[in-house]
Amino acid sequence: MSTHPAIDDLLSTRRLRPVESLPWLLAAAAYFLFPQYLQLGSQILIMVLFALSFDLLLGYGGIVTLGHAAYFGAGAYAAGLMAKYGWGEPLSALMLSGLVAGLLGIVAGAVILRTKGLALLMLGMAVSLLLFELANHAVGITGGADGLQGMSVSPLFGHFDFDMFGRTAYLYTLVVLLLAWILVRHLVNAPFGRSLAGIRQNPARMQALGVSVWLRRLVAFGISSFLAGIAGALSAQTNQFVSLSVFSLELSGIVIVILVLGGVGRLYGGFVGALVYMVAQDALSKDQPAFWLFWIGLLLILTVLFNRGGLLGVFDLLSRRFKRREDAQ
Amino acid sequence: MDAVNILVSIAFSGAAYAMVLYMTSVGLSVTMGLLGVANLAHGAFAMTGGYFLVTFMDRFAWPFGLAVALSCVAVGLLSLVLERTLYSRVYNGTELDQVVLSMGLIFIATAIAHVTFGAQPVRVVLPEAVNGQLLLGGFSFPTYRIFLIAAGLCVFALLWVTIEKTLVGARIRAAVDNRAMAEACGLNSKKLFAAVFALGSVLAALGGSLGAEVLAIEPEYALKHLVYFLIVVAVGGLGSVKGPFFAALLLGIGDSACKILAPEFGGIFIYVALFILLLIRPNGLFGRV
Repeated sequence: MSTHPAIDDLLSTRRLRPVESLPWLLAAAAYFLFPQYLQLGSQILIMVLFALSFDLLLGYGGIVTLGHAAYFGAGAYAAGLMAKYGWGEPLSALMLSGLVAGLLGIVAGAVILRTKGLALLMLGMAVSLLLFELANHAVGITGGADGLQGMSVSPLFGHFDFDMFGRTAYLYTLVVLLLAWILVRHLVNAPFGRSLAGIRQNPARMQALGVSVWLRRLVAFGISSFLAGIAGALSAQTNQFVSLSVFSLELSGIVIVILVLGGVGRLYGGFVGALVYMVAQDALSKDQPAFWLFWIGLLLILTVLFNRGGLLGVFDLLSRRFKRREDAQ
Repeated sequence: MDAVNILVSIAFSGAAYAMVLYMTSVGLSVTMGLLGVANLAHGAFAMTGGYFLVTFMDRFAWPFGLAVALSCVAVGLLSLVLERTLYSRVYNGTELDQVVLSMGLIFIATAIAHVTFGAQPVRVVLPEAVNGQLLLGGFSFPTYRIFLIAAGLCVFALLWVTIEKTLVGARIRAAVDNRAMAEACGLNSKKLFAAVFALGSVLAALGGSLGAEVLAIEPEYALKHLVYFLIVVAVGGLGSVKGPFFAALLLGIGDSACKILAPEFGGIFIYVALFILLLIRPNGLFGRV
């Protein structure tokens, strides 16, 4: 049986490779190996999820926006407000918060995606800034600049309390991330994801092929916002606190940084990037609270100049070189 | 009388603020329009100008005028180095590359400023001549703000004449309109690009150092004011000298009006206005379609 190599290639990306279990094994091992770092661990997992949602938009959809924090923040405030005003059950609140963010994403995306380039960048940013101002001024509801306090999240399944060591929080976040990863992995390998990649490479041609470019992009925007909202809700539920910074330009910037460091459009860029960024922040900012940004900045510049694939791109490069040497022998 | 007072003070402080915004952002508009580089780190050049000014005045006790001029020169040279080593490599890169590169520069600039000058804003000691109050038609204005407005108008006039009336300006306009055609006619785009980039950074440094009184020089400067710089550029339209001027005026006066008349709503009006405006005119008020 002879099939075209391109088809083989396409089909093989859908199959799970053994190496893809690595992040999950490591995350599970970390639970037992570093029980004192579980708090940090759940924050890393949340950033991974946030970066994963952004990868769908940036890496697969090719949409450059500086306002993805808007949907993270919307999810965080939705979950926070629900927990504060009596809806303590975490799972349903998580889903609802994701839907709130996703709905916001659909509405905002329907408007934003009509533009491109600088206007798109600015409109994306305007959404998050607008939400920032609203949250800042609606002090009665959101607590304003002091942040949202007084949340009470019920035990998970009525059983597992969110303990102070962060054990429940870590496992809860890990499982949600796993489900989101399955969803995104399925999506990007499905025809939908392939057409999204096509739109990124050549929108005019995809339009000519009869693909509704705007609608596909909007759906991607909605799903991405939904996942970002889930990440935000996880952050609210595990920290029992929401601050205004969830809508900040910094957070939108950080998620780009994480993704670029790890590698854009690779599904696993967020895993590597978030781990490196958060651990570096935790370790370096203790000694040099101001200066650790210098190293991140340097790393970003080096990534752009020499290695656009991010850290995962380095692995690719090494493994390819290794293979070539083997072939030569 | 009270209402008049409020209106005058809105117009006046808004105009001074607008001129600082204009001087800092117009370079970004030209570099983005001409080079197609989304240089988010433009504010970092303005901040660097401010820090140079403070260093020159405090360490070396140079007079204000000289210190401003030299800090502009210093930033111009620095930007030339960065243009050759970093920016020129992403001229043909994707938007993401440019955003990431300039974000890296913002981080580095912020970290260096933090370590060298501390987290607190640094203070610029203004010379006596411009540090007082001026009485005009029954109103009293801070002299320095009048100086700022005059400086902004001068920059606008000079830039306008340069772009519209000189050969260099004609080259820049040609390259903005159609780069390939301009190059085919023998334009040395490499030199022109470097010159324009340096000019933009010098203007940023001028805005940053002169405007230190309005936008305080602190490590978070580049990120904190990035939004407003970008608004001026996006609303004014890329590659234009006139557009950012009016956009800055709109934003500066609108911002002070909001702050004085409806402080509880703060930036909400500004962002809503921005949103609607960019939807109707995605290329800005004066942008070419």
